[in-house]
Amino acid sequence: MELAKLTCHELLDLIKDRKISSEHIGDDLQKRIQQNDPKVRAYVRGAQPGGLEVSSEIDTQSILKGIPVTVKDNICTEGMNTECCSRILEGFRPPYDATVIKKLKEAGASIFPVKANMDEFAFGSSTENSRFGPTRNPWDIERVPGGSSGGAAAAVAADEAVWALGSDTGGSIRQPAAFCGVVGLKPTYGRVSRYGLIAFASSLDQIGPLTKDVQDCVLLTGIIAGYDPRDSTSVDVEVPDYTRALVKDVKGLRVGIPKEYFVEGIDPEVKSTVEAAIQKLKDLGIICKEISLPHTRYAVPVYYIIATAEASSNLARFDGVQYGYRSREGKAKNNLIEMYTKTRGEGFGQEAKRRILLGTFVLSHGYYEAYYLRALKVRTLIKRDFDDVFKDCDCVITPTSPTPAFKINERIEDPLKMYLSDLYTISANLAGIPGISIPCGFTSAGLPVGLQILAKPFGEETLFRAAYTYEQNTPWHLQKPKL
Amino acid sequence: MKYEAVIGLEVHVQLKTRTKIFCGCSTEFGRDPNSQVCPVCLGFPGVLPVLNKTVLEHAVKVSLALDCTVQEYTKFDRKNYFYPDLPKDFQISQYDLPVGRNGFLDITLEGGEKRVGILRVHLEEDAGKLIHKDDVSLVDFNRTGVPLLEIVSLPEMYSPEEAHAYLTVLKSVIEYLDVADCDMEKGSLRCDANVSIRPHGEKALGTKTEVKNMNSFKGVKDALAYEIERQIEAVENGEKIVQETRLWDAKNGKTFSMRSKEEAKDYRYFPEPDLPPFITTQEQIRKIKETIPELPREKAARFIREYGLCAYDAGILVFSKEDADYAEECIRQYPGENKKPVVNWLIGPLFSEANTRNRGLAALGIPPARLAELIDFVQSEQISNLTGKAVLTEMIDTQGTAPEIIKHKNLVQISDTGSLETHIEEILRVNAQSVESYKQGKSNALMFLVGQVMKKTQGKANPKVVQELLKKKLS
Repeated sequence: MELAKLTCHELLDLIKDRKISSEHIGDDLQKRIQQNDPKVRAYVRGAQPGGLEVSSEIDTQSILKGIPVTVKDNICTEGMNTECCSRILEGFRPPYDATVIKKLKEAGASIFPVKANMDEFAFGSSTENSRFGPTRNPWDIERVPGGSSGGAAAAVAADEAVWALGSDTGGSIRQPAAFCGVVGLKPTYGRVSRYGLIAFASSLDQIGPLTKDVQDCVLLTGIIAGYDPRDSTSVDVEVPDYTRALVKDVKGLRVGIPKEYFVEGIDPEVKSTVEAAIQKLKDLGIICKEISLPHTRYAVPVYYIIATAEASSNLARFDGVQYGYRSREGKAKNNLIEMYTKTRGEGFGQEAKRRILLGTFVLSHGYYEAYYLRALKVRTLIKRDFDDVFKDCDCVITPTSPTPAFKINERIEDPLKMYLSDLYTISANLAGIPGISIPCGFTSAGLPVGLQILAKPFGEETLFRAAYTYEQNTPWHLQKPKL
Repeated sequence: MKYEAVIGLEVHVQLKTRTKIFCGCSTEFGRDPNSQVCPVCLGFPGVLPVLNKTVLEHAVKVSLALDCTVQEYTKFDRKNYFYPDLPKDFQISQYDLPVGRNGFLDITLEGGEKRVGILRVHLEEDAGKLIHKDDVSLVDFNRTGVPLLEIVSLPEMYSPEEAHAYLTVLKSVIEYLDVADCDMEKGSLRCDANVSIRPHGEKALGTKTEVKNMNSFKGVKDALAYEIERQIEAVENGEKIVQETRLWDAKNGKTFSMRSKEEAKDYRYFPEPDLPPFITTQEQIRKIKETIPELPREKAARFIREYGLCAYDAGILVFSKEDADYAEECIRQYPGENKKPVVNWLIGPLFSEANTRNRGLAALGIPPARLAELIDFVQSEQISNLTGKAVLTEMIDTQGTAPEIIKHKNLVQISDTGSLETHIEEILRVNAQSVESYKQGKSNALMFLVGQVMKKTQGKANPKVVQELLKKKLS
């Protein structure tokens, strides 16, 4: 049996029936990684053999029974390198676990000892901006896996991981999930603690799962969700039993289809695939309605103002004083300003510098009102669009990304084009609402297409119900890339 | 003088809380460097701040005591700048929605009362401390994240003395609220000043300089006096005042330029996304208001009203709350309607003992009833005033009572004319010359003779009785 191909809930069933133990899973994963990762490069530094033993001290009474979880390189894991795929955090080993990691350990998960690749500090939509080099899409290794959680998505798609944790600031879970043909959820802002997630944009970031199917997504969300006194932006709303949303029934579900998401810029094959998926859901009983989200067109510019502003401040702490990389070139040895500028100049990659500069600019004296403050106001309008829609819709369905996975190097020199790959996902972060991407078919070239479902804040159960019903009535999630 | 100085003060007070503003680390002063730190106050990647609610309550309390409007809705902002004592390279502070604004503080000056406007009261986190040694610089992060309250006055003080009085009263009010230690030497109270000058009668403000690094109340007064003089001199020499930050050098008694406006930083303030805004309801504000004790000015007014004190004495007694509470207890327990004797003892000998010992009045350890006992000895002329002071010192040193000490040391005043006459006769005999002078009309000579008798009786003679006896003898 190829255990690495199974979902977590399938593995748990096997363990329960005493057919396997979690050590078997570790061995099988290691085999898979040795086989596939030289091509995919889902893990940082390339996955070195021998470094991948999964913890053998397993609590058999626990929920997860030692099953490993793969973690994006920006989520702090105690004593384990957490570098955001940036030179500036070279060798950084946090003395603490992120709250999500703590919760997973308490639930009996093993933390996979090598981190998943990502765009440096989650800045990107292709996982090409990593100091460890790009991750490749398991469905076509000439193409990107999406980003910034591209390593996590590719690892799950290539069966190099049982499941994984990513982070989503503007689509960084959902877009790579769509590109790699897996399930990815960005929970409601405040649903999952951000404590220990190395911040990109604090008001937008959320940690979420990348899994092989909806049931695993539900399982993992249930474990990591909940109020955390260490994160003042986490919300004290009880976590429902999400497994109760695993019903194959969408009859009467009122779904809004935003007209703005099917016009210019959308790949025709993505359009037809998503339309077919909507038709399928209609056949299953949803009630569709065309809706409008008029401020969607401002989402990308608003996002790049707010996200970069926060990032410029969040990334200031990487200054060479306490941890991570410090330049020792020339005058940097004995001059403070030189030390700062050389450390940051040498430690940050191209895209990180671009965003720090952008963010610093929009917050500068004389520009703040025109950019940052205005962006905040438009953000409110975008949120209001959704509030209005959710008055008489249970959820909204859109494509996850306007195109399928693009070629490596295709957009790296054109940041604007790159930024547009998040066109459909960014609004959910600005509005703080949850969104899930599930596989909904393939292009003629065999590239996965993702369907995005959005719901009102704390409406994860609605997402799960719709996603599960669709998934259980379609074959897409069962397809595996040929590596 | 042709010019008028205009001064505004920015006072930073470290709030007295067990733990830091955004994490659970201890705020205790003087511990080993970097022994009171955690990933949160060290600004490690991925960590988040959580507000210590007591800090907000303290800020509301101070705002109310300064008659500020307390914002129901406040938020924190990030002030961005790079410096090694600031681990996140931004400081969590408050920008446009401070806890309190538009208040005032009444101060007493020699010429009367004055009201100084308070622009704002806001919260922020303290930075670490840099220690420069030879050619290395070290950082101690113990102070990082200690809660700070910044109180910004309007530019409404016109002399170093007014600024000094403002600081003194502010410190006293904050100490009454029991929310801060306000020890300038320890850095738990810090003060920066904005100073400008303008010709008398002119309404518009002149170009200001910001003076920093004043480490004592006296330092503030001296630095302001110097800076005002420097600006006047500059203007009279036809120079223009440049807007700049200047540091006070207490050793050389000068201010010197640190950075000019052109070099001023752009702090890129924006709302702190890791902390949602805080709502303080009217109900919460009312509850905090109830915890505000009688403040020094109200207390002084009551002392004047209830105990017949003069304004000056009342002002001195209420300066520190502990002193005032002790003093009030002494006044209450002092028998009789006339409280003047006990007040005089408190303001005179007790304050002077407290000052020499660098302690508060209460900490001298004299129970009010014991003090009344001592004063009674003096009032009833059983001992002289001078002996009384010596007994007080002894009481503080040994924690003994006045009757014990007086008895033990045999200090009771000699008022008995019989025993005094023997002494007087002897003095008159050996001081024939003074006797002669007195008879020629030099009244000073009488005092000299009294002194001699006092000396002979080791201060125990009742000087009044001695004087009368001498007069009688010499007439």
